[in-house]
Formats: sequence, structure tokens, C-alpha cells
Amino acid sequence: MRLYMAVAVGGFRRYATYRVATAAGVFANTVFGFIMAYTYIALWDERPRLGGYDQAEALTFVWLGQALLMTCAMMGGGFGEELVDRIRTGDVAIDLYRPVDLQLWWLAGDLGRAAFHLIGRGIAPMVLGGLVFELVLPADPLTWVAFLVSVALGVVVSFAVRYLLALSAFWLLDGTGVLQISMLTGLFFSGMLLPLTLFPGALGEVARALPWSSLLQIPADVFLGKHTGWGLIRAYAFQAGWAVLLLGAGRALQTVATRRVVVQGG
Amino acid sequence: MAVAVEVTGADSTGAGPGPGFIEVDAVEKVFSVRRRGASRLRREKHEVRAVDGISFRVARGEMVGYIGPNGAGKSTTIKMLTGILTPSGGRLRVAGIDPARERTRLSYRIGVVFGQRTTLWWDLPLRDSYRLVHRMYRIPDARYRENLARCVELLDLGELLDVPVRQLSLGQRMRGDIAAALLHDPDVLYLDEPTIGLDVVSKAEVREFLRDLNAERGTTVLLTTHDLTDIEQLCKRVMVIDHGRLMYDGELAGLHEVGRSERTLVVDLERAAAPIELEGVRVVKVEGPRQWLAFPASRSAAPIVTAVAAAYPLVDLSVREPDIEAVIAKMYAGRS
Repeated sequence: MRLYMAVAVGGFRRYATYRVATAAGVFANTVFGFIMAYTYIALWDERPRLGGYDQAEALTFVWLGQALLMTCAMMGGGFGEELVDRIRTGDVAIDLYRPVDLQLWWLAGDLGRAAFHLIGRGIAPMVLGGLVFELVLPADPLTWVAFLVSVALGVVVSFAVRYLLALSAFWLLDGTGVLQISMLTGLFFSGMLLPLTLFPGALGEVARALPWSSLLQIPADVFLGKHTGWGLIRAYAFQAGWAVLLLGAGRALQTVATRRVVVQGG
Repeated sequence: MAVAVEVTGADSTGAGPGPGFIEVDAVEKVFSVRRRGASRLRREKHEVRAVDGISFRVARGEMVGYIGPNGAGKSTTIKMLTGILTPSGGRLRVAGIDPARERTRLSYRIGVVFGQRTTLWWDLPLRDSYRLVHRMYRIPDARYRENLARCVELLDLGELLDVPVRQLSLGQRMRGDIAAALLHDPDVLYLDEPTIGLDVVSKAEVREFLRDLNAERGTTVLLTTHDLTDIEQLCKRVMVIDHGRLMYDGELAGLHEVGRSERTLVVDLERAAAPIELEGVRVVKVEGPRQWLAFPASRSAAPIVTAVAAAYPLVDLSVREPDIEAVIAKMYAGRS
């Protein structure tokens, strides 16, 4: 356990090293936040209470999206490229002869990364957005706690999806295509472009049931106080369910991939 | 002159008495590779025998060189000995453990350094990677501090500990990697091309460290390399592999015997002269005042130089060592 703590701390620190990149990222998040905020204002002026949100809630959704974009790695990123690269070059062999669990190792590192991104890339855009627009902030500190729990679950789901995709490199050798697809699906199905509650009918049902909704839609709704009491438990159960299912799938795929490397030499 | 032992197939010799610490018996590794065949649509399956029935024993505390040309099967053997590749046939034991079956248990007993890969954390200071190794192998705190201090001192890492790995030079990174592989006191150290790409000074530093490690701690070392100097300075015993088969297992000097390899003495005379005539020396080439003299690698160059200097107006000279590819090529020629 102490090993994985150390890995998480390392994951945090390796992103913390690049301060200029972080500042540039905050700038980018803020610019996109402004563009999206004005688009949403135009939209909500035409259709008030769209998707069940009033304008202030919709704007909060925008800035939460910017704050969590990196934390929940909605556009992919984090360890994904690195693992794909290690598989492609065969460096993954090094990871195999050490007494570590591959999935836990990368999960710990990714949690460290997410913690850094929440602090380094999350807080500043949210504060800047809050200075310009009227946002809905929870009054109850327990809601903040509930939100953070939901974000943590979202990060695990996000990791589990990206881990599965990265492992596909064992068979595809070139993982770029997969990573690009995952970026587009992540952007859309997390609710990053538009809240998933906006979509009517079957598309909306499907979008809300897919794992990506754990990345933004659910944490944002927890933040906005849409999930309370049993609703909150149900939301957590949804996230945790996907996390367990996808981590399990990743584990199974990892076993197959490892056997393949061990027998075939990768 | 002693006849060097030549090993092929399943016969195993060359190791000292007693049970081997590393035991390799008739080990094979066959990869199946799909290639586009005669028809464009169908891919034909080819079998590549990367390791084709190798047997050897390495005693505890031995330092053995494992050499051969590219693609000979060196790295495949090392990978099987670490457990990250399962052999297709034969039997392997390292410290009594079957590597493929008990990879994790074995990992506490071995250290591995791949010259062209790194286990260090690229963006973070060296110290952070070591902290991770500390937790990974559950090294007791006191032991960890002691081992780290020792590696830092002998590998001269003191000023590098707080430098991010990406800023280290290749030689510094290699020293860092070697330290990372040794913090958990492994009984066996596998080194795959540890001096590749290093400058002369860094090579010397790495060799000196390995020699001390072997002498003081009795760590068993298996070393693959392209650099014959590594072997000359470190290993009494050398194994040569080519096309997945063990071609030679014995002392380095004997390898030159078997390979009938030759060193070359290049002499510059004051003026062009007739080819030099000396016993046991063959003139390979004459180019004006410069002559190339070949002589068996097992002979000392000193008497030849003395003889040439006594009889001819010598201006300058240099000695060229045979390279391993040439030695192996000659071994083939000698066999057929």
C-alpha cells in the first residue's frame, strides 16, 4: 500500500514540475470557459430552463466542466499515451519483472495526477469564471464533500476506460487512433459540450447510462444539489458500478495481454 | 595449448562443480511470426527459433559474459531468466526458482539493467525513483539507507540525486539505473548492454563498479555486451551465442584460440620497404611506408614490436584488437 501511495505522490509531483505548462493550461481552460459561457447564455436566453437548469446553473456547469476537464481527463491524456508508448517500444517488459501490479501502479499514478490537476488546473478557472459570471455555489459544506467524492469516483471510471483503451495497443501496436476516438467520445458523453440532460429520447437515455457521464454530468449534478439523499447514493452506485465493471475488464485484458507478451515476446 | 570447450545443443560443460545458481537446460524459445507470403492475401506463419536449445550453468558469485551478434538470442535469454518470457521448451532455474512460474518471487532476488531502457522516473529527481524502489521491494529502512549511501558513493551519484532524470547524461542515467537495480540486494544481476553508448570514462566507471560489486558482495553477474573490452576487464568466462545456439563456453583466451582470431599491428616506417618478415607474423597489407601485420590474438604484441623496431626504422605503431563479430565469423569458418 505504501508503494502505491508513493506512486500517487510521484504522479502528483511529476505534473507539478511543469509550472509554465500548468499556467498555460489554466489560461486555455479560462478562454474556453468564456467562449462556452457566452454560447450558453445565448442558448439559455432563447430556451430558459433548458435541460432542467436555470442560467446560473448552466454557467456553473460550464465552469465545472473546465475545472474537471483535466482532472477527469475527459479528452483522454494522462498516462494513456505513456502506457501506449511503453507497450509499443517494449518498455512494458520492465514493468513486468518488478513486483508490482500493473493496473494498481497506473491507477495510483493517475490518482496523483488527478489530484494535481484538480488543484492546479481546476481552482483557478473556476474562480476566474466566478468573478465574471454569477455561479451557483453550494452553501452546505457537506455538498462540497459529496461533490469531491463524486469527482474521485469519476476519476477512477475515467482511468478504467483509458486503461482498457491503452491496453488495446498490445494488439493494435499503434494506439493513436483509439486515443483520438476516446477523446471525442469523452468530450461528448461526459456532458462537456452540452449537459446530457438536454438530449431527448433514446440518445439522452443512452448518453446518461454510459460510463462517461460519471466524469462530469454526475459530479456537476451533485455540485448543483440535484442528487441528494437516496438520489446521491444511487448516483454514487452508478459511478462505483461502472468503476468496478471497467476495472475488472481492464484486469482481465491485462492478464491476456501479459500472457501474450510473455509467450509471444510482444 | 588447452583446447577450449565447445558446446552445442544439450551438452553442458564449462561451469564449475556443484549445483548451478543459474541453471539452463536445453532451453528453447520459438516465436511464430506472420509474414506476407507468396499470395498477397494469405499470411504465412514462420517459426523463428530465437533460442535453440541452450544449456549452461552459472555458479554463485560468477561473472559471465554473454556475447553474440545482434539478433543472436541474447536478450531473449535474459528475458527468460527474468521470467518475462516463458521458454517454449527446456528447463530454467534461477536461485532454485522457475522464473516464468514465479516471476514475482524471483523479482526480489534479481536486478536487471537494460542499457537501452530505463526504470527511472523520467520527470522526477533520481531520489524519487529510489524511494519508489524502496517501497516496491519492501526494503527495510536501515538497509535501504545503507545501500543507497553505498551506491551514491561508489557510483558518484551525490550531486545527481536531486536532478530530474531527463536532465541526466546517458552515462549518469546508466549509473542511476544500476543503482536502482541494486538497492534491494539482488543475488543476481543481469546487465543487457550496460555500456552501450557510453564514453570511455563512463565505461570505465561502470566496469570498476561492477568489478567491486562482484568481489565484495559476491553478486552473480550475467552481462551481455558488444564491447569485448567489457568482457576482457570483467569476466573470466564468456559464452558466445549465435543463431540461438551456444557456440562457445569457456575462457576468453580460449575463444581467441577457437576463433583463431588475430590482432593487427599497424607500423609506420620511415620509408617504404619490402614486407616485413618475422616468425608468426603475416603481412596483410602494404601501403607505402605503412604495413599491416597480423598475429594470433593469444600472443603478446611486445616481442613483435621489439623485433620490428630492432630491424626496421620504426616511426609509429598501433595495435588493433579483433572484434567479436570477426571472431565469431572465424569460428564459423573453422567449423565448416
